[in-house]
Amino acid sequence: MLVLYTLLIALLSWTSFNLEDNSSKGLLTLLNVILLTVPLVSVLFSTIYIYNSSEFIELMLSQPVPRKTIWFSLFSGLSVSLVFSFLLGAGIPLLIYAETEKATMMILIGILITLIFVSIAFLSSILFRDKAKGIGMSVLLWLYFAFLFDGIVLFLMFQFSDYPIEKIMVAITALSPVDLSRIMMLMQLDISAMMGYTGAIFKDFFGTGFGLLLTFLLLVAWIVFPFTFSLFKFNHKDL
Amino acid sequence: MIEVKKIVKKFGKLLTLDEVCLQLNKGECIALIGPNGCGKTTLIKSILGMVLPEQGEIFFNHKTIKKDFTYREKIGYMPQIGRYPQHITIGQVIQMIKGIRNSDAEMDEELFNKYQINKILDKRMGTLSGGTTQKVSATLAFLFNPDVLILDEPTAGLDPLSAEILKEKIISEKEKGKLILITSHLLSELDDLVTQLIFMQEGKIIFHKNVELLKAETGENKISKAITTFLKKTIN
Repeated sequence: MLVLYTLLIALLSWTSFNLEDNSSKGLLTLLNVILLTVPLVSVLFSTIYIYNSSEFIELMLSQPVPRKTIWFSLFSGLSVSLVFSFLLGAGIPLLIYAETEKATMMILIGILITLIFVSIAFLSSILFRDKAKGIGMSVLLWLYFAFLFDGIVLFLMFQFSDYPIEKIMVAITALSPVDLSRIMMLMQLDISAMMGYTGAIFKDFFGTGFGLLLTFLLLVAWIVFPFTFSLFKFNHKDL
Repeated sequence: MIEVKKIVKKFGKLLTLDEVCLQLNKGECIALIGPNGCGKTTLIKSILGMVLPEQGEIFFNHKTIKKDFTYREKIGYMPQIGRYPQHITIGQVIQMIKGIRNSDAEMDEELFNKYQINKILDKRMGTLSGGTTQKVSATLAFLFNPDVLILDEPTAGLDPLSAEILKEKIISEKEKGKLILITSHLLSELDDLVTQLIFMQEGKIIFHKNVELLKAETGENKISKAITTFLKKTIN
């Protein structure tokens, strides 16, 4: 399963670079591809894995092992495998075709997004006893972050286009880890000029060292909060 | 050794454990019996920390078990239906548990040998019959020589020979002074094993008595008869 994922990412990465003339366009294509596939595979694979591990978890619970350790080790195991697959699939073409700075940013984003969606998977699985509902929830969340969120944002932008909403727009992006990462990467690619006025505002905020740091911290928060909440639920669950 | 103090557990609207109080001491082999759904498994799971009661406390060797996990080193648990990851082998399960327990104490391999587990170490858990899975569970429960053994319907699913091997093992552990807690519906099987009886109904302890005393009081020789006679007397 993970091998297929690595191959898929590798395929997408290599084609992204080979279809475009310059590496910037290739990077942009790859960015969008990564922001679509990595969340889906991470959340789906993890959710299914957690539900399938329920027997293992039961076995561990009667042993002298704290619940925290069980939950954490599941998380680490999943994260490491998924991140490794990503690095193998996308890391190599990135380092070959793109400049080191930009490649590093993309790799960092891939890792963060993987961890965020694994974390979200843990939350879905602990909230729903039923496997089907849990998987449904995970897929729904992916749809929301990958598509719906941007749709809603665009809609709001049009509705309120007469008002000075730029600062609010910046704040709203914090609500979606996918958008946060996309912007982080776009700043690196220096094509914010194409985004017009909004681009300029974004560049003003996200382009700065402070903005970048804040974005990074927000992404880390997106990893920490869902997982911590799922851990809390796991610690209080009856099995 | 184990003290249960007024634990209350509700599953939704269902009151599964109603202020249960118990004192379980070393050297006793205690049978926990009662009608289906009376709370036996919930009580056991509460002692193991798998179920978290809303009220009350449970003490293991005078220490509260809340937020503790090390006390489980001293407990060997044999579940009613053993749940194991399906794709790993018996050998791998045993290795995994050994690794987790990290126990320096000598292993008790009597059941391992008597059930001839070494011949089936390469079989995957998913391919085992129910009875064989139970044998694995039994082996694991006794393997680390724990002070306390909690066995949930241990002989259910075992063939008569294997059940007999397990019963002999329980008797020998009892004689070593361990605390053994057994739930079972097969009262006849318990006759030679148990020293105390706990009868539960609808989340409450109806009685907790010494078996010899119960037999004497009711004038019955068999546990099943003694229980029914005693219950009839208390109801009237």
